[in-house]
Amino acid sequence: MSELKKTPLNAVHRALGAKMVDFGGWDMPVQYPSGIIAEHVAVRTKVGLFDVAHMGEIRVKGPQAMAFLDWLTPNAVVKLAHGQIHYTAFLYENGTFVDDLLLHKISDDEFLLVVNASNVDKDFAWVKQHAAKWDVTVANESGETTSVALQGPLSLAVLQPLMDIDLSQIKYYWFAFGKFQGLPVMIARTGYTGEDGFEVYCPNAKAVWVWNALMESGKPHGLIPTGLGCRNTLRLEAKMALYGHEIDDTTNALEADLGWIIKLQKGDFLGRDALLKVKEQGLTRKLAGFKMLEKRDIARDHMDVLIDGRKAGYVTSGSPSTTCGVNLGCCYVPVSHAGLGSRIEIEIRGKACPAEIVPTPFYKRAK
Amino acid sequence: MYPSDLKYTKNHEFIKLLGDGTALVGITSYAQEALGDVVFVDLPEVGAKFEAGGEFGTVESVKTVSEIFMPSAGEVLEVNGDLETHPEFVNEDAFGKGWMLKVKLTGPLAADLLDAAAYETLVNEESH
Repeated sequence: MSELKKTPLNAVHRALGAKMVDFGGWDMPVQYPSGIIAEHVAVRTKVGLFDVAHMGEIRVKGPQAMAFLDWLTPNAVVKLAHGQIHYTAFLYENGTFVDDLLLHKISDDEFLLVVNASNVDKDFAWVKQHAAKWDVTVANESGETTSVALQGPLSLAVLQPLMDIDLSQIKYYWFAFGKFQGLPVMIARTGYTGEDGFEVYCPNAKAVWVWNALMESGKPHGLIPTGLGCRNTLRLEAKMALYGHEIDDTTNALEADLGWIIKLQKGDFLGRDALLKVKEQGLTRKLAGFKMLEKRDIARDHMDVLIDGRKAGYVTSGSPSTTCGVNLGCCYVPVSHAGLGSRIEIEIRGKACPAEIVPTPFYKRAK
Repeated sequence: MYPSDLKYTKNHEFIKLLGDGTALVGITSYAQEALGDVVFVDLPEVGAKFEAGGEFGTVESVKTVSEIFMPSAGEVLEVNGDLETHPEFVNEDAFGKGWMLKVKLTGPLAADLLDAAAYETLVNEESH
């Protein structure tokens, strides 16, 4: 076992009494003393602060940056405006996932890609390898940049007093550069919780200072530090995919219910041929959301889905839902049983427990 | 740190002997902390009999699920019905209002139970 990697905020978490876990090779806070449920509720009703410095940042620059990324990823990069962000993916030629990511357009020849912590090395190698034929430079800035995610309906009230730009002008999935108490930062109106919020990108050396300033500004608003435990339950309620669960190198982008990021009409891109074929032949299975019908049954990741008593799929993520008050999850099931209202069973400790396919996202914030 | 009037298992259950051949059983404060917020406790019926080490239920937290095992052979006299509506009692007060079973001991006390000092040593080893 190699030594776990630490974000610049590691000592801060420990001082706050966080329970630390190994998350993809990183020593990360899974929860603070307030606990997952209280942290989950804080993000839904007030505001929470996450350390997401483990996430990777890859910068792509050069005269062909836009054309290159439009070919490398399935979403329509050419449609993005300066300062706009979209969710997209790196796909293998067979249409399965290398990773998913957020793509930030700084200008026609500069883009920032934010990728999963556990995939940084693989992703960077992937982008580099394909960049060779294009007039672009690719830099892995993961080791230099810290990001923290301020999430919840009161995020704007907490961050605005510290900034020199009008945050209300930044729309959801847009970003801007500004000064955080004099420090140049990038502010993106994104997050992984299904709630309004901002992600603040700053140099590692300033991470603790930025964290403390946010905590201080958040005090009157009920801000608490929030860990990866509630990040998972929040993103599941919003049905946001997690690499290694809903998506990986065995699931294609169409069956993962991510057709909306697959722009087959835009022209050639890596993975397009395979996905065209999938579309032509039709899906055999599909990612669907379910809820357990008995209050006592809680589905967990990797459990089997049963149809007529036989294994027909698996649970990608399962958990009690604090916001919805039911136990829910996502699973791969044959398309015949992916429709709303379909009955399936989840095998929980040897027992077949009834569940029903329901609409997703499970939770959607009021706009 | 751990109450000295209790005995403990390596699986992080406790047993509190009440002196009349009965005992209270639950999970330790260390166990509840490791599990995180408890949302459901599945307990057996009154009258169920278990060997020492027998699985008698499960504790579900937001994050995970854990089986719970009988510290010493016993028959269930009572289950803590409060946990049905207040599973968080396990987090708030594992050794008190978070108790799970009252049992009648049906054999000699299991030989591998730990006293508070030995249990604390075990926990310190596990958490480092």
